[in-house]
Order: sequence, then C-alpha cells, then structure tokens
Amino acid sequence: MSPVFQGMLTIIIGVGGCVGYFYFSNMLLDKVIFPAKGPNTGRNINRANQVRPWLFLFPAMFALGLYLAYPVVGSFWRSLFDRSGANFIGLGNYIDLFSEGTFRTAVINNLLWVLFVPAMATFLGLLVAQLTDRLSWGNIAKSLIFMPMAISFVGASLIWKFVYSANPDIGIINSIRDAMGLAVLDPLQVRFWNNFFLMFILVWIQTGFAMVILSAALRGIPEETIEAAIIDGANPFQVFFKIKVPQIMGTIVVVWTTITILVLKVFDIVYTMTGGNFGTHILPSYMMTYMFRDDGRATAVAFVIMLLVLPVMIWNIRQARNEMR
Amino acid sequence: MADLKLTDVEKAYGEVKVLSDINLDIQQGELVVFVGPSGCGKSTLLRMIAGLEKITAGELQIDGMVVNDIPPSQRGIAMVFQSYALYPHMTVRDNMSFALKIAKKSKSEIDAAVNRAADILQLGPYLDRLPKALSGGQRQRVAIGRSIVRDPKVYLFDEPLSNLDAALRVATRIEIAKLKESMPNSTMIYVTHDQVEAMTLASRIVVLAGGGIAQVGTPLELYERPNGEFVAQFIGSPAMNLLAGEIVGTGAQTRVKLAGGGSAVANIPTTDADMGLKVNLGARPEDLVATDGDDFLYAGEVELLEALGELTVLYFKPESEGAAPVLAKLAGIHTDLKGRKVKLKADPSKIHLFHNKVSLLYR
Repeated sequence: MSPVFQGMLTIIIGVGGCVGYFYFSNMLLDKVIFPAKGPNTGRNINRANQVRPWLFLFPAMFALGLYLAYPVVGSFWRSLFDRSGANFIGLGNYIDLFSEGTFRTAVINNLLWVLFVPAMATFLGLLVAQLTDRLSWGNIAKSLIFMPMAISFVGASLIWKFVYSANPDIGIINSIRDAMGLAVLDPLQVRFWNNFFLMFILVWIQTGFAMVILSAALRGIPEETIEAAIIDGANPFQVFFKIKVPQIMGTIVVVWTTITILVLKVFDIVYTMTGGNFGTHILPSYMMTYMFRDDGRATAVAFVIMLLVLPVMIWNIRQARNEMR
Repeated sequence: MADLKLTDVEKAYGEVKVLSDINLDIQQGELVVFVGPSGCGKSTLLRMIAGLEKITAGELQIDGMVVNDIPPSQRGIAMVFQSYALYPHMTVRDNMSFALKIAKKSKSEIDAAVNRAADILQLGPYLDRLPKALSGGQRQRVAIGRSIVRDPKVYLFDEPLSNLDAALRVATRIEIAKLKESMPNSTMIYVTHDQVEAMTLASRIVVLAGGGIAQVGTPLELYERPNGEFVAQFIGSPAMNLLAGEIVGTGAQTRVKLAGGGSAVANIPTTDADMGLKVNLGARPEDLVATDGDDFLYAGEVELLEALGELTVLYFKPESEGAAPVLAKLAGIHTDLKGRKVKLKADPSKIHLFHNKVSLLYR
C-alpha cells in the first residue's frame, strides 16, 4: 500500500472514529440507556444530561491519563531503579546526579538560559512590535522577524552552524575577523560565552513569537490614553514606559513565562551544535546523554526538569487566566 | 485663561477637505460649544486646537501666539475625552498628578493641586482607587480633575457626556456648568452633538455643517434668528417646520401665501423687488397655536398625537406623498384633536423666511 494512501486511511479512520464515537455513544445514551419515553421520561432526560458531559469528556481524559499522567508516575518509579531496571536503589540516582560535575554545569547553564533567553526575546519582541507599529513596511519587517518561528530547532541550529563556522569562507563571524586581520577561532569552543552563542539561536527563533503577541497587545491599548499622555506632556519614552508597557504588563508576563517553559525543554540546539561539549550542557541535553544507556538516571533528570517547570507553568496559567478576565 | 483666534483654518486628508475657512475668535472666559451633525468635523476642529491633528492651512493663535507647530503639551490646553482616557494602571491620584510629575513639579505642589481638584469635584474618598473601581460619572470627574490640576489656559471637552446614561448625563452637565461658574476666567471649548447640552452650557455656540461654520452666536440668537434653514432646523426640538410659499405683500411686514392654502405675515422687512419671491416659511412647532379664524397658516388633519401632559405634540398628515409632516406643540392636553382638522397660526414675530435656504434677515 502506498504511504500516501496509508496516511489518508489513517486520517479517515481517526476522524471518522471520533465523530462515530460521539454520535453513537450519544445515541446509545438517549435511546437505549435513558430513553426519553415511558413512565420515567423526565427523570431519564435529567440523568442523560448529567451523564452526557462525562461521555464526551471521556476520550480526552483517557488519552491524557494514558499519555500524561501514567508516564509521570511511571517515570518517577523508573527513576528509583538502577540502570538495568532490576534493582531498586531508592533516591540513589538523584544523589549521584547532584554529586556529578556535568550535572551542576548543566543546572547553572540552564539557569543562564532561563534568565537570558526569555528576557532577551521578550525585550526584542517588544522593541520590534513598538518600532514597526506605525511603519508602512512594518508588516514586511514583522514577517521577516517571524519567519524563524517556522524553522525547526534542528534546522535553525544547522543555519547557525554555518554562521559560527570556523572556516572564514563559510562563517560570517570568522569572515569578519579575517577581514579585520584577526585570527580565526571557533565561537562554539569559547568557554562560557559559547553558551550565549547557543542561546542567541533560541532568541532569534522566539523573538518573532513575542513580537506577534505583544504587537497585538500594543494595538489593543486605547488610543485616547496615549493622546491624553501626549497632552499631559509625556515624551515618546515616557508614553512607552509609563503608559503603554504597564497596560500590557499581563501579556508581557504571559509571553515571558511561555518562553521560559520552552527554554526548559529545548535540547535540540545544544545537541546539534555542540553535543554538550565545551561546557554547554543544559538539563535536557544532559538527559539525552543518559537516555537508552541508563534510563534510571535519565528519568531522574527528566523528573528534575519537570519539578523546575511546574511552578513557572502554574504561574503562566494563572496569568493567562487573569488576562482573559 | 486665554484668547483663541482661528484664521482661515483648514483640514484636509490627502485630497479630501473636511474643514475649510474656519474663522473664529474666542475670548477669555467664554464657554464655546461646537455643535453639528456627526461627520461635520467638530471633533477634528477640537483636536486641531489640541494639537493632536495637524492644521493643514491657516493659523491658530492662543494668547496672540501662533501655535500651529507647537506640541500639545506646550499649548497650555487640557482635554477631556469622550472615553475618559484614564490610565487604567494608575490610581485616581496618580492619574491626576501624571502631568505634574512629567513636568517635574515638587511633591508639595503636586499634592496641593490634586487636593484642590479633588475638593472641587468631590473625589476625595476615591483618590487611592483604580479607575476600574469607579462608576462612569466618577471616571468622567477624574478626567475633568486631570485637566483642572494642570491649570490650563483652555479646557477642551470632546463629547464628555456621551458615554453616560441619561440621568447621569443631566447631573454631570449641571456639574460642568457649576465648574465653569466657579472658574469664570477659564476658557472652555466643548464639542457635542446634543443640542440641549449646547443650549444649556454655551455662552456661544458654533454650528458646524458641511465642512464649515454655519453660524456663530449665543444660544438664543441661534434660536431666534437662525441665518439659514440648516441652523433653523438643527437648533430646537422637534425641528422647525418649513412650508413652501411666495411673497405677496412687501413692506415693514411681509405677507406670504403658502402653497398649501394658508397665508401668514412676518415681521421681516422686504422691498417691492421681492414681490413674488419663492420662499420657505419657517415656524417652530412651539410657536404654532390653534385658531378658528380665516387667517390661518396651515390647516390639516391630525394623524398622530403625543400627549405629554404639559403639552401635546400634533403630527399632521403630510400634504403630499413623501413630504415631511408638519408638527405643532400645543400647551396643555388636547387628546380630542386626533383625526380632526385643525387650523394653525403663528405670531408674526415668530415667523422666519428663507430664500435659497438663507434667511431673509441675513441677505
């Protein structure tokens, strides 16, 4: 069977199955289990209406339970066992982790990522959103800045591998250095700063996201408050920082935390660019080095990451809810 | 506290001229109301005075100084917006003191100014609240307070009551009138489409129509001596009745024979040359009275009747298909008139005559 046909068939079965589930389960409920006739018509209708939400929620709850809740518990359980998965070692994996130098480097690097990337991406996104707001070619500029969002992390990493290339005929940085008469160097091997070269790739990708959301938020500010501020004598900087930014603070926080969560999950960039060498490991890439070799250790790292993401996630959801109100 | 002078002011968006030939003198202490139908450019004119819109041509002077290219904050104006335009993230106090903080005034000076404004507007208890915790009327008072604090030369109001409900609108209108009285030297410009607001607040009204000024005058001047059919029908509610006719007698008084059969005498002087001139006769609904005599202005059947107690509004059946009905307001209750034929007349001093839409008084 050709793969295209196979794919189409899968889609048809999937979508048809969903529609079929809702249609036939609903019919079963109304016609067979609680039929709207006979002596108990009123009671049956009420009962059917009480059951119906759970009927419709069931597939989603089942899928979430199977693919989210169970893996969390399962992972935690696995992280309490050694490499082979046969011997229970309690918190042994966690204790080993914290005594290991690479893990500590990964934690510190991850902290740098979490501080730098969301701040930078949000700041640049806000800057671009404000600067392109009234420009006639603003939309073209925005599309260009948004474009990296459409590139996969691995694809982006490959692009930047060329930018950072140690060959002056390929890498722009070394080409400039060469033209200035400086010696060629590999940016990715410059200790400490190479972390920021990697972070910049994610900033490059995420600025577009921040820009789109913040641009919409800026447009939502009532024009009169800005005019009132102009009449009150505020200069453009004061209008921006004292009138516009405070009014979109909620959106800024949501964008910031959303990018923070993403940062805690990205491993592709480090994996593709340096493979974690030269002191560039972050937690997700560190986890990948253990995956399939020592699943106990890898799941322990995964669990640490989850614990770190959780508070940001809760904060993010709260903020998003406040925004909706 | 200032004089304003507009000379040949014009506004165009690209090729489209929205305002032209605006010439206006506003003296210190006046409350001038710009009024007109929507789209007449009254808000645009106000925003040009504020400096939020560029003046395409002409000259705007405040206190004898041309301010065309001076930024809004240095023109000495303060503006109250229709939507209040309060800064939602600042308390009432911060909203009112924002301009002074920007101007780097001392803390004591700011506090004094804010407290004074809060006293005038009774905002004391709300100073530490956010705008969202205030009612519409309170928000509008804060917006006015924000202007007072700056002690501007000219106050600009852009339809400040339009977002309030009917009862609050009347109350706030009276508050603005009181505010004006307590600051007799301040110059205010007020934009509205509501002619009751215009009539009650204004020391002078500027009627704008068709991209220019139709007439400038005190409220009663506009009511008693409109210079054309537009102003005649725009001021006063319900609008003035217009009836087609022809001049049949001239002199100190003018006699007009109407196409509908009636005739009337107006205290408007005409010359022999006006004999036979086609005119539109204008009579306000409140000036029409019922008569039994033969000398009537209009006779018709009452099609509809609104009894309001203090007065009764009569809607007469239009004489021809598509014509506007004639309206009359009679004092007292007259519910018995429905479906009856009624003859109406008006005092010669209350009758207006228009030729080519221009009043004969202003030829």
